[in-house]
This record gives sequence, C-alpha cells and structure tokens, in this order.
Amino acid sequence: MSRVSITVNGTAYERDVEPRRLLVDFVREDVGLTGTNVGCDTSQCGACTVHLDGRAVKSCTVLAVQADGGNVTTIEGLASNGALHAVQEAFREKHGLQCGYCTPGMIMTAVDLLEANPAPSDEEIRQALEGNLCRCTGYENIVRAVHEAAEVAR
Amino acid sequence: MTTAVEAPEKLVGAPVKRVEDARLITGAAKYLDDLTLPGMAHAAVLRSPYAHARITRIDTTKAAAQPGVIAVFTGKDFEHLSPLPCAWQAGGVTNLVNTPRALEIDRVTFTGAGVAVVVAEDRSAAEDALGLIEVDWEPLDVVVNAEEAAEEGAPQLHENAPGNIVMDWSCGDADATDRALGEADVVVRQRLVNQRLIPTPIEPRGAAATYEPSTGEYTVWMTSQAPHVMRLLMTAFVFGIPETKMRCISPQVGGAFGSKIYLYPEYVLMAALAAKVGRPVKWMETRRENYAATTHGRDHITYLEVGAKSDGTITALKAKTYANLGGILSTIAPGIPTTLYGRMLSGAYRIPNIHCQVLGVYTNTGMVDAYRGAGRPEATYVVERAVDLVARELGLDPPEVRRANFIQPDEFPYDPGILNGLEYDTGDYEKTLDRALEIVDYDGFRRKQEEARKQGRYLGIGLSSYVEICGVAPSAWIGVPGEGWGAGLWESANVRVHLTGKVVVTTGSQSHGQGHETTMSQVVADELGVALEDVTVEHSDTLGTPFGYGTYGSRSAAVGTMAVYRSVQRIKEKVRQLAAHMLEADVEDVAFEGGKAFVKGSPETAKTIQEIAGAAAVGYDLPEGMEPFLDDTAYYDPPNCTFPFGTHVAVVEVDAETGEVELERYVAVDDVGRVINPMIVDGQVHGGIAQGVAQAFWEVGIYDEEGQLQTSSLLDYAVPKADFFPPFEVDRTETPTHVNPLGVKGAGETGTIASTAAAVNAVIDALAPLGITHVDMPLTPERVWRAMRTAKSGGGEA
Repeated sequence: MSRVSITVNGTAYERDVEPRRLLVDFVREDVGLTGTNVGCDTSQCGACTVHLDGRAVKSCTVLAVQADGGNVTTIEGLASNGALHAVQEAFREKHGLQCGYCTPGMIMTAVDLLEANPAPSDEEIRQALEGNLCRCTGYENIVRAVHEAAEVAR
Repeated sequence: MTTAVEAPEKLVGAPVKRVEDARLITGAAKYLDDLTLPGMAHAAVLRSPYAHARITRIDTTKAAAQPGVIAVFTGKDFEHLSPLPCAWQAGGVTNLVNTPRALEIDRVTFTGAGVAVVVAEDRSAAEDALGLIEVDWEPLDVVVNAEEAAEEGAPQLHENAPGNIVMDWSCGDADATDRALGEADVVVRQRLVNQRLIPTPIEPRGAAATYEPSTGEYTVWMTSQAPHVMRLLMTAFVFGIPETKMRCISPQVGGAFGSKIYLYPEYVLMAALAAKVGRPVKWMETRRENYAATTHGRDHITYLEVGAKSDGTITALKAKTYANLGGILSTIAPGIPTTLYGRMLSGAYRIPNIHCQVLGVYTNTGMVDAYRGAGRPEATYVVERAVDLVARELGLDPPEVRRANFIQPDEFPYDPGILNGLEYDTGDYEKTLDRALEIVDYDGFRRKQEEARKQGRYLGIGLSSYVEICGVAPSAWIGVPGEGWGAGLWESANVRVHLTGKVVVTTGSQSHGQGHETTMSQVVADELGVALEDVTVEHSDTLGTPFGYGTYGSRSAAVGTMAVYRSVQRIKEKVRQLAAHMLEADVEDVAFEGGKAFVKGSPETAKTIQEIAGAAAVGYDLPEGMEPFLDDTAYYDPPNCTFPFGTHVAVVEVDAETGEVELERYVAVDDVGRVINPMIVDGQVHGGIAQGVAQAFWEVGIYDEEGQLQTSSLLDYAVPKADFFPPFEVDRTETPTHVNPLGVKGAGETGTIASTAAAVNAVIDALAPLGITHVDMPLTPERVWRAMRTAKSGGGEA
C-alpha cells in the first residue's frame, strides 16, 4: 500500500492505495464520485476522462500513485457556485447526449479543448474528440455543442 | 367582454430540451456500476477459452483459498436452475432450442461462455482468483461460418439440432417466384455477406442482487431494456418462483442498441449468488467480456436472385439466407432473421413475386440477436443492393429504377404479400427521394462525377430508399399463433394527477437514451394543459410501474406512449365529469381545453386542472358514484405495426491508389410519421447513420477458424470516432399513420436501417468505371484496393 494525497474538486483526500490502483477507481470508489464512467479496458473510449492538473487525462490509464500530489477535476466539480459550465449547458442545448454514459468524459475533453483553443473549427473539434467514443449521437450534436459553448464563451 | 381560454403553446412537435439531461451532464445519474449496497461482495466470471469443448474437471480449491475470496461456484452448483428460455421461436417452425445456463456445466459452444464464478470482497480479488481455477478441457472440432456449419460433415454442436439447423423458415411463394425469374428479361444473382457486428454500448452490462431469506424475495438490478420481461423470464422459467418474489430494476442505462434486451446468465447468477452467500453481490462486465459474452448482430450470408423487365420493373426477388445464431440461442434470436428480415424483403417496392428461405444455424461463435434495426438493416441491404444491381445490369439510373417500382401513395394500405396479414400503413416514398436528390443536387453531382472520372478520380453516389417496421406489436400477430413470440407485445401506462395538480406517469417502457421522460411528458402536458415540469415520468422498476415489454424495435412512441395517451384521454373524460359537477352544468356542455374546464361559451367560469385534481383527490364533493382521484391505467395493443420510410444518400470518393473511402456528404430524408420532438428524432437519426455507415466501412466482428474472437476489444473493433464523419444533412417529410391517434411511427432505427446500403451503393457507384458490381462489407481500404486490382487485371466482382 502507498499513501497518496490527491485533491479532487478542491478537497484533499489522503488514502492508502495498492500500487496498481487506477485513478478512476480512486475517484469512483475511494472518493465516491461516480460521475466519471468506465467503458473499456484498453484506454480507447474516454468515458473516464477527468482533468489532472488542468489537462484532460483518461483516468483508467493513470495510476493513483502517479496522481499523488495532483489536482483532479471531475464532472461533479465543473459547475461553480451552482452554475453549470458553458460546455454542460451547451450539451443540453444542442442535444449533445443521449444515454449520457460517454458524456462526462466528452464534456471534460471539450472543456480541455476550448481552454487551449477557444474558437475551434469543425475539424479541430472532431480531432480533439477522437479519443472519446460515443455510440448514440453520431457525434453530430456533440460537435454542435462544442461550437455553441465556444460561441457563448466569446 | 370575455376572451377565449388561451391555449398554451403545443409541446408536441417542439424541440423541447430534455428533462433527463440535468442529471446526465453533471455526473449525478446512477448507472449500474455506481450502485453500492451495504456488505456488497463482487463477482467475476471464468469464461471458456475454447469455442467448443467438454469440461472434464474443474478444481476451485486454490481459488477459494485466496485472501478476500468468499466463495467459488461452478455450473453444477446451479444445476437446479433451468436453462434460460428462448422467448421468440420463429413462427410456424420447430426451433431446436439450446440456451445458456447460469453457468455451463459440462460443455461450451463458444469462447466466453461462463463456467465458474468467484465471489470476493472486492473486484480485484475476484478477478485475481479466476486464474487459480483449474479446468481440464477436451477441445472439440469447431465451425464458425454459418454456411459451412450447415454443410454435411461439419462439426455438430447440439444433438437435438442435426446439421446445426436451428430452424428452416420461409415466406412467399417459391414456385411463382421461380417462374417469374424464368420469365424475366434479366436476372441478377449476387452473394451478399452482411457481416457480424458487435453492438458496443459505451456502458457494458452489469447486474447486482440481494436476497432476503425471511421473505424469499430477490431484488435484481440490471442493465436491461426490459426489466418486467427479465422478472418474468427469471422467476417463471429459471427459478420457478412467483414473480412477486422478485423485483427487477434497470438503473440509468448507458446505451444498449438491442444488446440489453435479453436475459443473460449473469443476471440469473447474481440473484442465485446473493442467496448462496447471503450478501448483496455485484458483477460488472469488462469490455472484453462484453465483446465475448454479450450478443452480436447481423451475420447473414444471402444468395440473392432478382428478376426484372428491361424497363427496370422488378418482377421477382428470391433470397436464401444463412443466419448465424451463435453457439446457443439468445432470448429472441430466431425472430430476428425471420419476422423482422424475411417479411421486409419487398422494401419500398411493388414486387409481385418474393420468396425467402432462412436457415438459422448454430456455429461456435457468440450469441447473435437483435442489434439496432434488427433484421430490417439486413433486409434493406438486400433490397437496395438488388435495385442497384438491376440498374447497373440494365444501364438505368438508380433513382429511376426506384421510381419505377415504388408503391404509390394511393396504394396504401399496401399488402406486400409476405407480412403474414399486416399491411404497410401509409407512405409517400417518392417525396423523400425527390427531396433527398434535391438536397444533394443529384444532377450536379453526376456532372462533377463525370469530370472527376476523366481525371482518374472515383466519386460515387449511393441511394437507399427504405421502409421499415416499427411499433412491433399486435399481440395476435406477433404472438405464438402468428410470428411465434412467446407473449403479447402491448404496452401499459398509469397516469395519476396528484392533489396539487402534479402528474406522475409510470410506464412499462424503458428509456436508455431515447428521452422518454421528455417525449411522454410533452404528450401529457399538452393533453392536460399543464406545464412540462409538472409531469414526472417513472420507469424501469417492476415495483411501481405497470407491466411492459420494454423498449426496442422503435416501439416506445407508437406503442408505449400510446398507452400513456389512452390513459390521459380517460383522465380527461373524468375531469369533464367532475368539472360539470363543480360548475353545476351538464357534462355535454363542458369543454376541457388548455388545462381548463368550462361551460362552452362561458370560459370565464373555468376550473383549472389543478382545482379539479384537488377536488378529485380530497373527495369531499364528488358526483354520485365517482371514485376519488384522477388515476387511470391503460393497456394499449395497436391494430397494426407502423412503417416509417425515407431516402438516404451517401456521397463518397474512393482513393484510386489506396482504396480508402472518404464519406464526403450524407443526406437523410426520413418520414417517421408525426414527430413528438424533432430535436430528439434528429439525434436518433444521426446516431443511426453513424452506426449504419460504420457497418458499411469499418466494423466487423471476426472469429478465426478456432473460434477465437479476433476483434475482442476496442483495440481491434472499429467503433467510429468523431473525425470519421462529415456533418449529417437531415431533413424530413411527415406522413402520419392512422394506426394510432397521435400519428407517430417510430424513429429509433431508421438511420441504421437506411445508411448501410446507401454507403455501400455509393462506393460501388464510384467503382463503376472498373466494372465492379459488388464488394462485401466492410469496405476497408484493403478490400476496395483488392477489388480494384482484380478488376484492373480483368476480373469483375471482387
């Protein structure tokens, strides 16, 4: 067991974890935030995407011990003072989700994209999202949602 | 002067934002894996590494001794439980049924079949212990291809199914079709492979269960599209207990596409384990397990013959299809390639002579059952490829061959002769073709294509004018006397208007992304004249919702929502009666509009729905004989299915050097009848297009000759990504159905049903200068490149 200290959505959590413990299991089971989902075991689907020190990572591919001392934001930590993040609002506005399972990861990736590129083109959005699989929407309305969020932010 | 009661804006037909989304965009939604119960143990399943083998010995001693392991069980421990039932045996034929058990006992017929289970304190401990279970296997001969499995001398999977034949089903007139083929000006023959697909909802399956010994009651949570059916099948057919002893709950479900309709061994297993270990037990599927042990879709090999006159009029269509159903049968497997495929082979066309024979075949592969579209994408692929093959053979323009054969608007209701008594309800097929060609600028494209060909570039355009069957029900048609489904397919709903005027709808339908909470609320809010947020829709728990067959086959608008609608109509009638009493008027003189009941001509006397609901609920002063409360339960069994239609167009460019296909444009014009929520319908169409195009170009589930799944994870199975697609161009026509009072047909699968054929037809059109008439899916660069190379060296078809 290793002692780790990881800040999740502004709260510091100290836990003893097995060296093989994945960050996603730390977030879901040790911290109890289940908004982050798991969809594959090969780092393809991106459902588990969170922010680690400000950048989007697939939390199934990061060990908890690697995140020691780090700052994690999950979908539950995206809204501030009760107001949804512009990307969350845009996903609802543009029907960018159906079953919702990929949505937390998709939103976290989109937020990361817009922080790096506030006015992405269609092509840039599609490329940025290529590590996040959605089986419901055909991506069409997700792309529209990201555009919408970018416009609202401008 | 009084003004008329102002009618609030109608919600039906408006792009109302989804009420489901608040919990989904914030991470608050609770999916199966988010469930934690006090004292919960975790299970992991040991799966067969062999596609066909006998189990001669299992030793669980070492695994059971591992730290954290609570218990290990094998199939023998659950011998007292019956095998899972097959609920849809193809109509009119004897199905030779072999189905899964909770765990297989002495023999497996596909890789991934469960043979032992570890229950441990946590998931890692359970998974670690799997490797310590010792199994002695005696491998047997394997066959994975349906056509080969049906040949003489093939390895035999089940003693009760000689030749590996599950069923030999047919529809249509064989003799007349053969005669018509003999008399046709041209006959085109083609072997078509509709490859195996893996549904891949982003949430895999899972289950959790508790057992209360004092009452003998089970509670089972599961990722299911049909919790009521799960309870029925588990209690009545597997456990042999009254259904009142089990509660089934589908929490938030993360996509399904058909793969979560069925009763799976693990659901039974979790319930049984909870009783055995005396603790709640949960199992969550890994993606690799999902690929190995959850159902697959499609997997047909079809021999097609189509006859036509020289003017393009199709006179006969004959199909012989080998349908691979896997090593054992999933819950409704035999019904998919029969009722939902063979009976749809007339497509959107007047085809006077049709015959279809379907051989359902056992092979050493994973179970095959309904996957989005379920039979209709396979049928549409056959019909739409047939039309293009005829056009090519006769040198005619594909849209013109479609026009020449379309069923005309004045011919509805239309009996295609192979639907076992049902009729196509309504349609105006040419309108969708015209609109699609207009959007894509068909003539302009043909000129551009001609220019490009001169430069050695291969551009192509492909059409798919489909019709499909939705709202699958009429119980008398689908049931045992008709198509062989082991029950009816009606739906039910309960509507209650509480004292405060808030409305609660409970439904037997099950939403897993479709947005029923929104669309059903739209219908109810309009009918009762209440605000959308005053309606709550509850579903997916057998405790507290009326029985329903579940959500699949695009049936929750045309069947499930119609039960809600019927219930609301009866509530409205009671509202009028109570309002008449309150207004001291005759019922005949009372109107109920926009949430207000008033004496006709005197809207100033109106009582609101809230006032009336309050009066009904307190019950101080009701008309004589009236029961308190506004509460009604309705059961709805439609008189017919509904038949959405449309035309999809794909535009592609094929790289002359590499064979790579680029999807340049995609245009869809669908007609799903009246639309409750256009935003949601568009979303359904988008997702369907992506899945159907993915079959055409990328996806294939591959077993090698030993029955090992080569596409065993998302590393190897090509689920499309965002950058695979251009923006979709979606439009609609609206031809209501008369089958139900809302005029809705269903929209969940049209995209998948139409798009595969459109995409393939586009590539074949692009390759026309090379004389290529067909390439089997998926049209990967390698396959297209090989086809081009073969054609250039003198061959025709690849």
